Amino acid sequence: MTAQGLRLEKISKTFGDFKALDGVDMTVPRGTVHAILGENGAGKTTLMNILYGLYQPDGGRILIDGAPQRITSPRRAMELGIGMIHQHLMLVETLTVVENVVLGLPGQGMRLSLAEHARKLEALAKSFGFDIDPHQEVWKLPMGMRQRVEILKVLYRDANLIILDEPTSVLAPSEVEGFLEGLRRLRAAGKTIIFISHKLDEVAAVADRVTVLRRGTVSADLAVAGTPPSEMARMMVGRDVVLTTLEKTSPTSDEVLVRIRDLKARDNRGNQALKGVSFDIRAGEILGVAGVDGNGQAELAEALTGLRQAEGGTVELSGEDVSAAGVYERRHRLGISFVPEDRHGTGLVLDLPVYQNAMIRDFRESPFSSGPMLRAASARKVAEDWVKRYDVRLQSVDQAIRFLSGGNQQKLIFAREVECRPRLLVIMQPCKGLDVGAIEAVHRTVLAERERGTAILYISTELEHILSVCDRVAVMCAGRITGIIAPEEATPERIGALIGGLEEEKVA
Amino acid sequence: MLRAIQGIYMLRPVWAVLLSLLAGAGLIAIAGVNPGEAYAALFGGAFLDYYGLASTLAKMSPILLAGLAVIIPLRVGLLNIGAEGQIYMGGLFSSMAALLLPEMSPVVQVPLCVLAGALGGGLWGLIPGYLKAYRGINEVIITILLNFIAINLVSYVAGGPMMQEGAPYPYSEEIREGLWLPYIMPHTDAHLGVVVGIVLCVVAWFVFRFTTVGFGLGMIGKNPVAATYSGIRVRRNVVAVMFVAGAIGGLAGTFEVLGLKHRLYHLFSPGYGFDGIVVAFLAQLSPLMAPVAAFFLSGLKVGGLIMQRAVGLESTVVEAIQGLVIIFVAASLAFRFDRGNWRRFLERRRLLDAGIAGGITNNSGGRS
Repeated sequence: MTAQGLRLEKISKTFGDFKALDGVDMTVPRGTVHAILGENGAGKTTLMNILYGLYQPDGGRILIDGAPQRITSPRRAMELGIGMIHQHLMLVETLTVVENVVLGLPGQGMRLSLAEHARKLEALAKSFGFDIDPHQEVWKLPMGMRQRVEILKVLYRDANLIILDEPTSVLAPSEVEGFLEGLRRLRAAGKTIIFISHKLDEVAAVADRVTVLRRGTVSADLAVAGTPPSEMARMMVGRDVVLTTLEKTSPTSDEVLVRIRDLKARDNRGNQALKGVSFDIRAGEILGVAGVDGNGQAELAEALTGLRQAEGGTVELSGEDVSAAGVYERRHRLGISFVPEDRHGTGLVLDLPVYQNAMIRDFRESPFSSGPMLRAASARKVAEDWVKRYDVRLQSVDQAIRFLSGGNQQKLIFAREVECRPRLLVIMQPCKGLDVGAIEAVHRTVLAERERGTAILYISTELEHILSVCDRVAVMCAGRITGIIAPEEATPERIGALIGGLEEEKVA
Repeated sequence: MLRAIQGIYMLRPVWAVLLSLLAGAGLIAIAGVNPGEAYAALFGGAFLDYYGLASTLAKMSPILLAGLAVIIPLRVGLLNIGAEGQIYMGGLFSSMAALLLPEMSPVVQVPLCVLAGALGGGLWGLIPGYLKAYRGINEVIITILLNFIAINLVSYVAGGPMMQEGAPYPYSEEIREGLWLPYIMPHTDAHLGVVVGIVLCVVAWFVFRFTTVGFGLGMIGKNPVAATYSGIRVRRNVVAVMFVAGAIGGLAGTFEVLGLKHRLYHLFSPGYGFDGIVVAFLAQLSPLMAPVAAFFLSGLKVGGLIMQRAVGLESTVVEAIQGLVIIFVAASLAFRFDRGNWRRFLERRRLLDAGIAGGITNNSGGRS
């Protein structure tokens, strides 16, 4: 094998007790496109941050063109010809293309000759077949063009190795092909490209080799040509999924409680994040939503609970179209409860005492208030009762909830969202950052709600949790549901293919 | 013990004020005056003398109401720097209701004037409230800029359409005596405004402490995302709170006109709206502490003038002392009570005491 290119040897990185990377080897010859596949938490981003000098590895070596290098900072990475394009573009939207490219460029004197830079930039863009107006303001450009500006930015700094973190996640479907074509041109010009993704069709379309990461180790290193996508999918999800299906006593009823049709929504950046999602949830059924983070799950949860305005589609609850209802109406009249992903930012007011956090959802109703007056004494009593029954460990309900552990905070949120007897319970990443005991408590609560006949939407990136708790599993990729399957049918190939965006019929 | 330490922290504005007076004593000494005499003149004049106390209470009316107009939105996470403009609009609207409406029985017209003043200030709060909630425009900038508009609007009206004929200075006709606010201390300027201010403070405290509306508002201030999540209509509440705050600021101007000046003067408020910000910080956003803070600040202003006359201090020294108070109080807010730290400190002391009492140093199970 040629020494030209990048070589990683036994790279390890530990955060606290958590082994993010454990002896990762990788070889990327010059002039190739190398894909890194993996689920959430597989270590993709950590690895790239090490390459870009944001983290230092605890062990292992990085060799560039055969010479060992220590990449101490992003600046050093740039000197070594490594450029990184982050998932969320880092451009100043009010500046023009050339101004963005020149911004932060080292080695500039006191005088700035924008016209000179613009001329050079245009020539550079032409040489790669990119057509771009250097004087256009960035906010006027579509996402695909903005991404090109980012790529030009690193090319302008003479990068030979370009790292792209989930580059297609911000693109419209129509822009993806153009982007992949751009990658091929860069490769033809002798640039080396590392591209992080979980979308199998893109990897198959453009990459030469693929390294599959799983829990910080390399689970496969394959040539893309000759490897069917289903094989990559299996390697990505990989583990023999042991179905520790939790005991469910009552069968799901036939009554369809929740009917979602063609739901669409945009994310905070204005991208179409939810591109027409349809599903039903029956009473007493847990529908899981699996997929890599950022594929529209958050927007789905928020559109259901009213926190985000849907752009199209309908939400029906027991046959009633509730698409127009606001947050308050959904929560109180319609009985939609929500355990949000961000406990601290959304689910709790950290500075308030525990008993007041217990009343956040229903403080306008009995027993927390009567008429316009709060009833602090009875709110305390309710909170104390929940604390006992849900095993929340604390000193006093008058303690600020900030001082509780994550698991205990989550137990309180669950008590609050479940004790109001909801019809639909939306749960998002409920076990993030919790220990085993707390995870078990969360799942017990979810199953008890199922027994009660609540329709439950369980969104998580933890495949094991979803497979063991849910009755059916919907997989989301790029704002769509790529398939809905039963946990028993969830082979690694199938789940991996769905997570990777291959629709059911394409799976071999 | 912890509770006592926490109490010491709660009183930090008091310590800050004492320290600032100490520093001020240095300034007075440099100016060649005996600080003891100067402070005796200041506090004796402002609080212990009948007419001085009356002046303090008269000044306290707009300062307290402006303070409340800052405190209420700040508890909801909104910075109202526009109390000054709201005072002017309140003064304008109430004097228009007093002078331009056909003469009515005072029982009808006084409440009408007060409502008009509250409405004027309320509108001046509504504008930044609406722009903040539905257009995402920073309320600080809008409230500051609206101050200038209100001040100049009053100058125009008082010097133009409503100016008294032949007046040497831009002011309106005098409001007839039947519409004046009652005085609370005979033969002085102390009028009912300060009482209304105190009542409103108690009401605000009650609302924040005991009602669902207040709980929802407090939640917006502490975590607007969680407030939205709980079903609170954040935008609507932001608009409403800014209207109410503006209305209270408007009352400050109203009472200034109906209770003290009895005419619409141009430049009738010397920055009471900004004193309101000082009151809000001195009171640490507590509506119940606001009257105390406003009383103190008003006393400092009134007493400063008395001190100046009594011991011949430059007025700049007096103003410097007022500035010191503000700086010291602002700095004191940086010291936060850290329960955990103090608990650990007390625990270490207890272990040490136990070790000394036992005649041994704490060598078993000792924690560093």
